[in-house]
Amino acid sequence: MKNFNYVQFLFDYGTLIILAGLCCWFSYVTIEEQSPTSTRAAELLANEIKMDVPAGSNIIVLSRQGGEGERFAEALTEKLLKSGINVNSTIIGQPVDARKALEELGINGTTLHGIAADKHMANFANSNLKKLSESYPNFTKTIIFQPKSYLWPNFLKRENLLNIMKQISVVAIIAIGMTMIIITAGIDLSVGSLIAFSGVITALAIQSVGGENPLTWHLWLGAISGIVICGLIGFFTGGLVTIFRIPAFIATLGIMFIAKGLAFIFSDSAPIPVANEAFGWLGRGRNFFGLPNSVALMLGLYAIAHITMTRTSIGRYIYAVGGNPEAARLSGVPVKWILVFVYTLTGILAGLGGVMEASLHITGDPKSGDLVELKVIAAVVVGGTSLAGGQGRILGTLIGAFIIAVINNGMNLTGVESHMQKVIYGAVILIAVLIDQLKIHLLKLKKY
Amino acid sequence: MPMTDAASKTPILRMRGIQKSFPGVKALKGVDLTLYPGEALALLGENGAGKSTLIKILGGAHQPDEGIIEINNQPINISTPQIAQDSGIGIIYQEFNLIPFLSVRENIFLGQEKSRISFIQKSKEETMAKKLFDRIGTNIPINAECNSLSVAQQQIVEIAKTLAQDARIIVMDEPSAALSPRETEGLFNVISELKSQGIGVIYISHRLDEIFRIADRVTFLRDGQYIDTISINDLTREKMIELMVGRSLKNEFPKRDMIPGKIRLRVSQLSQGDNVRDVSFNIKSGEVLGLTGLIGAGRTEAARLLFGADSISSGKLELDGKKLTIKNPRDAIKQGICLLTEDRKTQGLILNQTIQENFSLPNLSQFCSWFFIRRKDESKALSYYINQIKIKITSGNQVANTLSGGNQQKVVISKWLQRNAEVFIFDEPTRGIDVGAKFEIYQLINKLAKMGKAILMISSELPEILGMSDRVLVMNEGQITGEITNPSAATQEDVMKLATKRDQMAA
Repeated sequence: MKNFNYVQFLFDYGTLIILAGLCCWFSYVTIEEQSPTSTRAAELLANEIKMDVPAGSNIIVLSRQGGEGERFAEALTEKLLKSGINVNSTIIGQPVDARKALEELGINGTTLHGIAADKHMANFANSNLKKLSESYPNFTKTIIFQPKSYLWPNFLKRENLLNIMKQISVVAIIAIGMTMIIITAGIDLSVGSLIAFSGVITALAIQSVGGENPLTWHLWLGAISGIVICGLIGFFTGGLVTIFRIPAFIATLGIMFIAKGLAFIFSDSAPIPVANEAFGWLGRGRNFFGLPNSVALMLGLYAIAHITMTRTSIGRYIYAVGGNPEAARLSGVPVKWILVFVYTLTGILAGLGGVMEASLHITGDPKSGDLVELKVIAAVVVGGTSLAGGQGRILGTLIGAFIIAVINNGMNLTGVESHMQKVIYGAVILIAVLIDQLKIHLLKLKKY
Repeated sequence: MPMTDAASKTPILRMRGIQKSFPGVKALKGVDLTLYPGEALALLGENGAGKSTLIKILGGAHQPDEGIIEINNQPINISTPQIAQDSGIGIIYQEFNLIPFLSVRENIFLGQEKSRISFIQKSKEETMAKKLFDRIGTNIPINAECNSLSVAQQQIVEIAKTLAQDARIIVMDEPSAALSPRETEGLFNVISELKSQGIGVIYISHRLDEIFRIADRVTFLRDGQYIDTISINDLTREKMIELMVGRSLKNEFPKRDMIPGKIRLRVSQLSQGDNVRDVSFNIKSGEVLGLTGLIGAGRTEAARLLFGADSISSGKLELDGKKLTIKNPRDAIKQGICLLTEDRKTQGLILNQTIQENFSLPNLSQFCSWFFIRRKDESKALSYYINQIKIKITSGNQVANTLSGGNQQKVVISKWLQRNAEVFIFDEPTRGIDVGAKFEIYQLINKLAKMGKAILMISSELPEILGMSDRVLVMNEGQITGEITNPSAATQEDVMKLATKRDQMAA
């Protein structure tokens, strides 16, 4: 007890350490000079200008178009005007526009005391001001102001982190069900196809009930029908696995092809648009303290699933069925119902994933969800759940999903091209499983 | 040439001062073992005494920290299983290493195929295999697939395999554990045959009767320590137990002063195909009913029917005068019947889960409010049994496969006690459990009887069944062939007569 049990530590927190390591690495390699363009940054910059130039000075505000550029320039202009500084003009656009405006000022002969610009425009001004001041003497005293820049990894930006979670939310939600199935020593290959099937059913249902202008309750009806039908398919799969004793791999392989085929048949092989932007609420909205709705849903479902697996009798039964189905049966566990339950639940979650995917694109697309089942399985396995059954943790799967998402995102940020990404992906899965085996080996040694 | 005086020969194997430590445990503390050609040496000790470790060192699976191994007076360093095999050591583990879909011949020559330019010479292998089988006096079909053989036959194939590798030393780890008395007899004949050919046999078993039958000398281990090696002629049953356990057990079976009360479980005409035919009996309150017979006689099958583990074709069950409908184990458990399976590892426990989880698996409804488990109540209930029936564990969070067989059995018993079961069906309750722990299991069974439970005890060990039961039923070919009403006065021969009754009538 007194000795620190490093094997147990590795066992408990191994994947978390990998995740932390990846985050550190990607943070390190994506450190860049960041120049803020928020309203707050504009206020700070205006205060700085006020200190440096007398009231009534002439200032020109330059900012790049797009992103926060407009808001930055407007806030800056407003603040400067308030503090009695004369803003000659506010240019939001390309460097060409800025040059034009400056040349105009030069011809007018107005003394320009300063240029307030975002980082991009400030760079332009820095490299051109000298030349301009040669032809226009009224620019000789011009000072360039730009927001204070600082070093910060692109990876760790708030937007990027939310993006990572948003991108993985569908995979992570389905991985909850997949974790339970794999704990019972099964597998479900059909979830990717069910995403497409659910999306198509949802869009079709909305179209056929709501027609040209579907109302909110039509959207709900569509989403629920997609989810329920996928739940029924999961129930059917559970029946194949328990009553007819078809190996889960084969049963779900069959369902995978059938569901994919039906998705294409029902949709005539074309994406079905949903004629109401409100359908994007789930996939695009941000209604929970700035969290994307899909991320909030994911976190909520994980909390419920974690409690279910660790604190309830259903969770115990799932582990028992995976650990030793015969011993579980002889202890009075309703083994067949537990199996049917986990396949049904996974069907429901895959249906939900399909609705989320459709919501993101406001379209039911039969092509969506391709190979997602493998990503889901990868998340579960990387999260430390053993394919042999009986062991695994829901939160491990969440970490596994994050690991996959972080690798994906990090490689995009660092510009690794997509084929190489696949290679690294595969390698990470293998490493995770190797570590798992190592853990088992070390724990066995400890037992003696 | 038969070996008449083994001790005068030079030893074929000598292990001296073998020490082996695993992290945290000293498994062997200087063990000696000497084996002469043509003798059977029994290796005796409780579970955890170090028998398996010693055998694994001999087989090259572990390396000793200290000590010398000599084969024919030549020191040898057995660093891999291959070296062990090349030095003429053949080990037959409890789990066989046969490939089910290959034939007997293919299995015997697996890894050492008789081939010419990589084409297997089938006929050559066949003649060699026949010769081997003649040597050990068996007539197993050489081209049969291994999965069509009985456990006993597979064991013979394993022996033949080691002989094909020119083994001079054959180690058998609990070879009789899965055999019926008659099959065990066949195994003894093979061992005698091996002995007469000058092969040294090391025999590990918990069954003392067998050791008297087959062994020439006995080496005792206790807690990793070498105790003594004694000729079988100088040993008695009591002395053996004393040397194993380190104290004398006055009585192998604890007394029970309990007069069975009124009938609790009534079974009538229980049937399932040919496995179980018209089995009827009843068990009184506080009674231990023994059920025995040869392996395959239908004992386990009948027990599984009572418990709903398999489905019955016909029959009626009554508990305390109330009719029972049992379709699956869940129904049986709800109505107060529990089964302690013969194989705890594959059927009784979920080995990779904790004791607490195993303990509460049939009892979750008692510990749940809504779906949520009240873990405090759960561990409180478990600790009650840990104290009551002396389960030796460090905590309820210990994983089940770290326990010894005796403690595993106690965990299984505690989970059914918590469930408040009324009928306890024990299937081979002491299989693989060492002598000291056996006694405690017997005491527990007596305790259950005292509580007025109805107990059905299935066992192949005749001394156990006669020593523990109030009455004994004997089965053969799915039917009850007789009842022994006064087991303490009966002999093992009486039981065997009933167990083979059908056979003789057919013959």
